[in-house]
Amino acid sequence: MRILVVEDDPILSDGLRVGLSLCGATVDCVATCADADAALGTSPFAAVVLDLMLPDGSGLDVLRGLRRRGDRTPVVLLTARDAVADRIAGLDGGADDYLGKPFDLDELSARIRAVVRRAAGRATASLEHGGIRLDLGSLTVTVDGAQIPVSRREFMVLAALMERPSVLRSKAELEDRLYGWQEEIESNAVEVHVHNLRAKIGKHAIETVRGLGYRMRAPA
Amino acid sequence: MSSLRARLFAILLLATGLIWLSAVAWIYLGSKREVEQVLDTRLQEAARMVGSLVGRVGNVGAAGAPVAFAPPGGYERQLSCQIWSLDGRMVARSSGAPERRLTDAPAGFSEREVDGETWRVFTVEDAEKGVRVMVGDRLGLRERLVADLIMGLVTPALLVVPLLGMLLWASLGRGLRPLRLMARDLARRDADDMSAIDAGRAPAEVRPLTDALNALFLKVEAARRHEREVTAFAAHELRTPLAGLKTQAQVAMAARDPDVAKAALGQILAAVDRTTRLVRQLLDAARLDAEADGPTVTEIDVGALVTETVESMRAPDGIVTVIDPALRGFTMRGDPESLRLAVRNLHENAVQHMRTGTVEWGRRQDGAGFYARDEGPGIPEEEIALVTTRFYRGRHRSDAGSGLGLTIAEAASRRSGARLRLRNRTDRSGLQAEIVWT
Repeated sequence: MRILVVEDDPILSDGLRVGLSLCGATVDCVATCADADAALGTSPFAAVVLDLMLPDGSGLDVLRGLRRRGDRTPVVLLTARDAVADRIAGLDGGADDYLGKPFDLDELSARIRAVVRRAAGRATASLEHGGIRLDLGSLTVTVDGAQIPVSRREFMVLAALMERPSVLRSKAELEDRLYGWQEEIESNAVEVHVHNLRAKIGKHAIETVRGLGYRMRAPA
Repeated sequence: MSSLRARLFAILLLATGLIWLSAVAWIYLGSKREVEQVLDTRLQEAARMVGSLVGRVGNVGAAGAPVAFAPPGGYERQLSCQIWSLDGRMVARSSGAPERRLTDAPAGFSEREVDGETWRVFTVEDAEKGVRVMVGDRLGLRERLVADLIMGLVTPALLVVPLLGMLLWASLGRGLRPLRLMARDLARRDADDMSAIDAGRAPAEVRPLTDALNALFLKVEAARRHEREVTAFAAHELRTPLAGLKTQAQVAMAARDPDVAKAALGQILAAVDRTTRLVRQLLDAARLDAEADGPTVTEIDVGALVTETVESMRAPDGIVTVIDPALRGFTMRGDPESLRLAVRNLHENAVQHMRTGTVEWGRRQDGAGFYARDEGPGIPEEEIALVTTRFYRGRHRSDAGSGLGLTIAEAASRRSGARLRLRNRTDRSGLQAEIVWT
C-alpha cells in the first residue's frame, strides 16, 4: 500500500513516514501543495494523508484539484483546526476522513486502511482467496488456518495480487506499489518476492503470465 | 432628552406656543389701539350730539335738579354724560354718571380718576349756550372689551392645543419611521452578522450614521477575521509539533529495529527543543502584548547587550557570529529587556535560515541604529511586509521557525522606541535586519 503524506512539519512528516512503514505501507512525503499536485499527477497512491495548512496554500485546494481531475484516491485530512465547521468543510471538499492533531499513529493507520478498503468496495480488513487469508491490520498471512511468517515486502506483493485475484498485475505496477521514490529497486526484486512467496504459501498459488505479469491462480 | 420624538415634539410645541403667544400679543396691542380710536371717536360724537341737543342754560331743567337722560351708544351704562354751566354748576347728567365733575379740562380729551375709576372724558364747550358737555367712559371697561376679544380668540386656540399635540405626535412618528425601521433591523441582527446596512433606504440625514456603522462593521469583521486566522495559525503551530512528538514516540515504541527507535528518539528531542522555543516565544509575544506599564527607557550599551545576548545562545556548528568592533560603546536610549528580546529573536532567525555561514552584527553608518546580517536565502520581496505578521511563515521558512520571531523582534523594537527594518542584501543572498531609531 503506497501512501502520500503531505505535511510540512519535518518531524511529523518523518514520524509518519517511519510509522506508517511499520504498519506495512510505502510512504512518500512532500511538504507543499505544488509537490503534492505533482506527485499525485505522476504516481498511483492507495491513499493520501493531507495536512490542511501548507506553506504555499491550503490542503483543501489540493483536495479540490484532485477531485476535479476525477481522481478518487481516498484522502485523510490532518489538521490543527478541528472545529465542526472545519471538519464539515474538509469532508464536503471531498475528504474521506478527518483527524485532528495530535493524533494516534495506530488510529491514523487504521483509518487509512478503512478508507482504502471502502474505496475498494470491501467490508472487512482482510483479503481471502482460496485457503489464503491476509489480515491487513496485523499484517499476518494464514494458509488453511496456519500462520505463515512473511516479510513486509512479500506481504505487500501478496496484498496487491489478492485485492483483485483474477486481475493481472505487471511487474512495474507492483514495483510502484512497493517502493517509494527514494528507495533503490533491484531489477529482479519483484521476482525474488514472488519466488519467496511461492515457497511459503504454495508453489502454485501465484501464476506467472509471461511478459505480462502475475495473478492469483483460481482455486481448484 | 433621550427620545428624539419627545424632543422634537417638545420643540415643535414650544415653537408653536411662542408663535401663538406673539400673535396674541400683537392682536392685543392692535385691537387695543383700534378700540381706543373707535371709542374716542364715539366720545367725541356723543359729546357733540349732546351739546347740540342742549338749549340755553336757563332752558335746561330747574336749578339743583339736573336732568337725567339716557346716553347714546350701544352698551348700557358705558357712557356717562355731564353738562356743566360755564360758571361751574352741574346742569344735567346721565343716569349712572358720577356726581363729581368728570374733568377740569376746558375742552378736548382728558383722563381723570373719579370715585376710584379712571375715566376718559371728552369735553365740548359751548360759550354761546354757556355750557360745557363732558362725555366719558371708564378705561376699565375698555380693557375688559379688549380682554373679551382676546379671550374669544385664545379660548378656541387652547381647546385646539391637545388636538395639535396629537397631530404633531403622530406626524413625528410617521416622519421618524425610517429611523425606527433601521433600529428594528439592527436589533434583529445576529451578533455575528456584520453585513452592511442598506444605505439606499435611509434618509439623507441618517446617511452619515449608516455610513459610519457600515465602516465600523467592516472594521469589526476584519478584526474578527484576523483573530480567527491568528487562532487557527496558533492552533496549527502548537498542535503540529505535539502531533510530531506523539507520532515519533509511537514509532520509537513500535520499532523493532534499534536504529529506527534511536532515530525517532532523536526526533523527539528535536521536537521538544522546538516546542520549548515556541512556548518561550508565545510567552514573549503575550508579554509584549500585555505589558501595561510603559517601557523602562534607559541608556543602553548596545554593543555590550548584543555581545552578551548572542554569546548566551548556543551557536550550531557551521555558524559563525561576528560582532563589529564599531558596536562597542555604541549607546542608545531604549528598554533593555525589549531590546534583548529583539536581538535574541533576530539572531535566532538568522541562524535558522543558514546551514553554514556568518551572522554579522554591526552599527549603521549614520549611527541611528544597528543591524544583523545573515547569509541565508533572504525574504522574497513581496513577503517582506508580511513576515512580521504573527504566525506568518513565508516560502523560505526554516524547519524550526514558528512564525513568531520577527513579530516579536518588531514589537520589542517598538517598545524601545525603534523600528525594525528588513531588507535583502544586495551584495549577496541574505537578510539584513536593522533596528533603527527614527
